[in-house]
Amino acid sequence: MMFVVSAVAILLTMGMAIARGLRGPTVYDRALAVNMFGTATVLLIAVLGFLTGRPDFLDLALVYALLSFIGTIAILKFVSYGDLASTREPDPEEDWTW
Amino acid sequence: MTEFVDVALLALLAVTGLALLKLRNLFAVVILSGIYSLLSAGLFVTMDAPDVAFTESAVGLGVSTVLMLGALALVGHEEKKPTRPRVLPLAVVILTGAILLYGMADVPPFGDPNNPIHQHVTPRYLEEMPEEIEVPNVVSAVLASYRSYDTMGETTVIFAAGVGVLLLLAGRRRRGQDEEEPGE
Repeated sequence: MMFVVSAVAILLTMGMAIARGLRGPTVYDRALAVNMFGTATVLLIAVLGFLTGRPDFLDLALVYALLSFIGTIAILKFVSYGDLASTREPDPEEDWTW
Repeated sequence: MTEFVDVALLALLAVTGLALLKLRNLFAVVILSGIYSLLSAGLFVTMDAPDVAFTESAVGLGVSTVLMLGALALVGHEEKKPTRPRVLPLAVVILTGAILLYGMADVPPFGDPNNPIHQHVTPRYLEEMPEEIEVPNVVSAVLASYRSYDTMGETTVIFAAGVGVLLLLAGRRRRGQDEEEPGE
């Protein structure tokens, strides 16, 4: 029962993260949405493992956590430099509202 | 309960797909396609295919997000409005979807033990494997012995791809250094 409630709560969180990624309005809302969605996927995989009585996929959830971290780093690097290979320092005065 | 999770994930997938069509902000499109990939990976996990799910999230969330962001740096982040309604792409998409649905009619039911894939060579592998190949792990035995030529071909392809990428990167760096040297 506890796992069912947590699965429903995680699915609700996923829906709200999608809504935030859709509406924006700033780039940080969207970066946070995809990061939170990655975390929710990790949790959902873990909860589903226990829900079906086979928690063998827990290590897969760990790998997901690492992957979603890489994605977030790439997005934030792109946002602050405008380029993935740039070596210049970020300009704190720049406004990123797209 | 897993049916409910399946339905909820598919509903979120549909919402994300429609949103991807409507959005004009390409940065949001990149973010949502990462979410789309995570959703499909979740669906693969509920279908007991964690290896496919892992590949999906590595390629869909990891590599293609980085590549699409790199493309965004070149093309800008706003999509132009189409000047006229495009009928041909819509027709192609609907036709392809109809063909795929038609093809689905012949696919064996999901998880049925009588499916052809469980009948052909798998029982023989499981029965004969301990005598033929003294490897405790069935998957290792199948990959490294029964399908060893296949595995060798796959590793050759991956090795060649890795060497190619390394050569391209090294060549670019060396040329960059050569150009800088005369100036210094």
